[in-house]
Amino acid sequence: MTGPVLSALLSHWRRRPFQLLTLILGLSLATALWSGVQAINAEARKSYDEAADILGGGGLSELVRQDGAAISQDTFVALRRGGWQVSPVVDGWLPAKNGRVRLLGIDPFTMPRETATGAIVAPATFPDMMGQQGVIFAHSTTAARLTSFGDRLREIENLTPGLAIADITAAMALTRMDGFSRLLISSDQPLRRTPLNEIAPQLSQSTPDAAEDLGRLTDSFHLNLTAFGLLSFAVGLFIVNGAVGLAFEQRRPVFRTLRALGVPARRLVILLTVELLIFALIAGAFGVLLGYLIAATLLPDVAATLRGLYGASVEGTLTLSPMWWLSGLAIACIGTAAASASGLIRVARMPPLAPARPRAWAMANLAAMRWQLGLAAACLGAAILALIIGGGLVGGFILLGGFLLAAALALPSMLAVLVAAMSLVTRGPIAEWFWADTRQQLPGLSLALMALLLALATNIGVGTMVESFRVTFTGWLDQRLVSDLYITVDDEADAPALLAFLDERADAILPIWYVDGDVLGAPAQIFGVSDHPIYEENWPLLASLPDTWNRIAAGDGALINEQLARREGLAPGDALPLPGAWSTTIIGVYSDYGNPIGQVVLPLDTLVARYDNIDRSDFGILISEDRAEALKTDLSQSFGLSDDNLVDQSALKAFSMSIFERTFAVTGALNVLTLAVAGVAILTSLLTLASMRLPQLAPVWALGLTRQTLGRIELMRALILAALTFILALPVGLGLAWVLLAVINVEAFGWRLPLHIFPGDWLWLAGLSLAAAGLASLWPARQLAKRPPADLIKVFTHER
Amino acid sequence: MNVRTCIALLLCLASPAFSQGFAGMGAATEGYALPDPTTRFSFPEDHGAHPDFRIEWWYITANLTDADGTAYGIQWTLFRNAMAPGGSATDQAWMGHAGVSTPDGHFFAERLARGGTGQAGVTPEPFEAFIDEWRMAGPDVNDISLTAQSEQFHYDLNLKANHPFVPQGESGYSIKSEAGQASHYYSQPFYQIEGVLTLPSGDINVSGQAWLDREWSSQPLAADQTGWDWVSLHFDSGEKLMGYRLRNSDGGAYTVGTWITTDGTPEPLANGMLTMEAVNETDLAGRTIPTVWDIALPSKNLTIRTSAVYPDSWMGTRIPYWEGPVTITGSHEGQGYLEMSGY
Repeated sequence: MTGPVLSALLSHWRRRPFQLLTLILGLSLATALWSGVQAINAEARKSYDEAADILGGGGLSELVRQDGAAISQDTFVALRRGGWQVSPVVDGWLPAKNGRVRLLGIDPFTMPRETATGAIVAPATFPDMMGQQGVIFAHSTTAARLTSFGDRLREIENLTPGLAIADITAAMALTRMDGFSRLLISSDQPLRRTPLNEIAPQLSQSTPDAAEDLGRLTDSFHLNLTAFGLLSFAVGLFIVNGAVGLAFEQRRPVFRTLRALGVPARRLVILLTVELLIFALIAGAFGVLLGYLIAATLLPDVAATLRGLYGASVEGTLTLSPMWWLSGLAIACIGTAAASASGLIRVARMPPLAPARPRAWAMANLAAMRWQLGLAAACLGAAILALIIGGGLVGGFILLGGFLLAAALALPSMLAVLVAAMSLVTRGPIAEWFWADTRQQLPGLSLALMALLLALATNIGVGTMVESFRVTFTGWLDQRLVSDLYITVDDEADAPALLAFLDERADAILPIWYVDGDVLGAPAQIFGVSDHPIYEENWPLLASLPDTWNRIAAGDGALINEQLARREGLAPGDALPLPGAWSTTIIGVYSDYGNPIGQVVLPLDTLVARYDNIDRSDFGILISEDRAEALKTDLSQSFGLSDDNLVDQSALKAFSMSIFERTFAVTGALNVLTLAVAGVAILTSLLTLASMRLPQLAPVWALGLTRQTLGRIELMRALILAALTFILALPVGLGLAWVLLAVINVEAFGWRLPLHIFPGDWLWLAGLSLAAAGLASLWPARQLAKRPPADLIKVFTHER
Repeated sequence: MNVRTCIALLLCLASPAFSQGFAGMGAATEGYALPDPTTRFSFPEDHGAHPDFRIEWWYITANLTDADGTAYGIQWTLFRNAMAPGGSATDQAWMGHAGVSTPDGHFFAERLARGGTGQAGVTPEPFEAFIDEWRMAGPDVNDISLTAQSEQFHYDLNLKANHPFVPQGESGYSIKSEAGQASHYYSQPFYQIEGVLTLPSGDINVSGQAWLDREWSSQPLAADQTGWDWVSLHFDSGEKLMGYRLRNSDGGAYTVGTWITTDGTPEPLANGMLTMEAVNETDLAGRTIPTVWDIALPSKNLTIRTSAVYPDSWMGTRIPYWEGPVTITGSHEGQGYLEMSGY
């Protein structure tokens, strides 16, 4: 009997292919966005893990100098001869197109065989690695960014992008280091070793935590993506819920007939479950495919963002595991189950001889609305709790999620109140019927409207954040880029000659020298600035002690960036311990957008006096605009400096802005997709309602309203509801923007941005949502307008 | 000498030559010094490194027993290989191998180092050859202390000899194939050795006989040679025998050696005078290794069987091979070391 029953159930979809399409579409969209985001996250995590594995020596302990200075070769040899199985590592950076590339110098002879690097670099290549001009290994995408090394580069495809590997000798020459950054301790140590404090008391053993840096830094970004994926999934489920609900309602006569013919309720439910499972698997497969396309399309932008914002490298190609495909299908099945559970339960409980009349979903259910309001209050409570306790990034997202859910759950009640208020102020029978009918339809439309609210609020919130960021960032760039021309010399030995050359031609020379070092246990850059009034005029400070720049010039203290200040809870006046076992006073804090790590600014003299391995290759030049071009030409002729080495302010600004734009390209794409999904949700809900509402429309038609008028009224109702939802979404979106700027950004990036408001964008968005709702209701309204009068008359003949 | 050459060549890591089955060796010798039949050893200088040559090694094997008569074997080796011609210290790669054969299993360790840093090297006088904390150090080469260790074993041994060094081949010019590949090669087979072995079971006082091989060359192998079986044997009579068989890819072999009298006088054995035949095999590390050999030297009325004391003496290093102690039965009795590669 199973066969005929299943065929009777499936015949419904044959007769209504469009309904099948919306079901599959909703489910596919939900799965697609979810699995696309998962694919991107997985790809990025894989890259971080590989990088961490290599940088951190695969979790091996290491020896480091407590003062952060380089470890000499003699110390290394003394340790080896004392029985210590250690291997030196030189950790630095290479200048590269679009940023820089991490350079890891290794000793292939002593590299523990269990490390990832030991496996990557084959013994056959050791001879080529030797010497200052030895080969450099990099992934092909990284090699493409390292243009100045020519045939020294060897491409290795299984090396993490963004990382280059060379022998220690070559790496020391390239990074101008005079020693090793750390010594990896092999997990196998011989029976007898001379104690460490007899050989090298200045070294201490530590377990690597730097390896986690990338993962921690980028967590926020991936959480953001995941949140978007989840949101879209939830919105997609509204569609599925609509489609499944409609199908169940319309098949009630079929169910009744089947039950009357002796099909047990249990079997009916099982067969319906099988039917849904088939749909879920088909839609899941489509969704995963679509997710792959989304991920493949967005990945280059995500990779660019991660590189620009965090210096993290992610492979530009997707490699997907069978687990990912399976989890995509599983999420589709779970989603279907969640969206159709209530329908299945109703079928199971339906008495065999229940009336076949479509049950009006739409009966206003006060109890359900109260229950929803209660839930909304609980969500809001959780959000407020998260705000008060403030548990880092996760707390921020709880705040975000709670706030959005509360808003969505409260929406039906809010709309009901608004509609009731409207009906009070309107006069005339048609208007009063319109508002009463609208109110009556609210429960049926509420899921779709909640989806719209979420999509709109997200759009407003994220849009406001991005625009606020853009305004702040642009203004900050204008102030911060004080020099007119930026020069990088390839060889520091050229610097004195260059300085002499510039001395006569430029208005001022501002060296931009720095060292990398650990400040309060995390990587940071320590810069030196010369004493020049232009800094005081142009450098925006968030907080400072009085007489800031004179104090800096006098060597009384340092400036730190906002990231470092927030991470360590530092304020002007606090002491700041620095590498080399000395400390200074914090004079001021400056904003430093787009930089993942801490920064310290010292007077140039102090930097030079305290540190040896300073990178002295960058200079800023002040020069009037009309002379800049001539100076560039002179410089490239006299010093052979390429365009890469001479960057003027506007080019640097353009470059910074392009990173910014790419960063938020993904956000924009996801925004549009979410809104599209919400549009589909409205469409399916309206279609569901349209077929059920004939009994309510027929009497109005019989009283003299034409079908065309009824169609127009339907269209108008959708527009009005969309407009009301938009109005309610505005404060929600602004709240969201505030959470993003003041909570999430601070936790994720370490900087807080001022909130700017962009009403122009809202107008555009309002138009978009009205268009979406209008388009979605156009078809049901048109169907109504063209409905044969016989259908409407039938309502009365079937009246029971 | 066989395995050692193979290992040293692999250490050269310039594996294009190796991947062509040694065929590229002729070209790879360009720029390196070549062995010369007219060269005579000069000590102590020749105990030190010869960086103009491509490969070189300091190789000690020893047969040891404890107070109960339990047999042990140890190996200590330092290889030098030039990564580029010219003799510069920074162009040298060094590799150490240490092995201990025991009733409880075979232990081994491997070390690598670049030259020119002080992590590995050799000084002829006072003599010291070292890599990391492993040392072979004397006042001179006839009176040395020898240490090596890993996470499982440690040994600290003293070696003394009163005999002169024994030049192998024609006055130290050792020919490796019919095509004329050769090396400079001398040995000290007369060491008495004693000291302490530290194993997972504890410290053990041991004593016995040891053998040093010193060899350097730049082009020691023929293209078609696929593997080696090498023995160094101490007979109870006080006589010694060094012999090796270089297997050809066509199934033939080039078998030569040196008979050493009790006073250390070498008698070179031309190709074919010595015969070596595998009579029993051991399955080990996924390979079949001949661990029992019948060896005959008709000119000395010698017909013996050498049997591995511990057939599991496998060196699972980057270039794996078998190296361990053997006992000798037959017309002559005694003990020695066997080394095999290419299986």
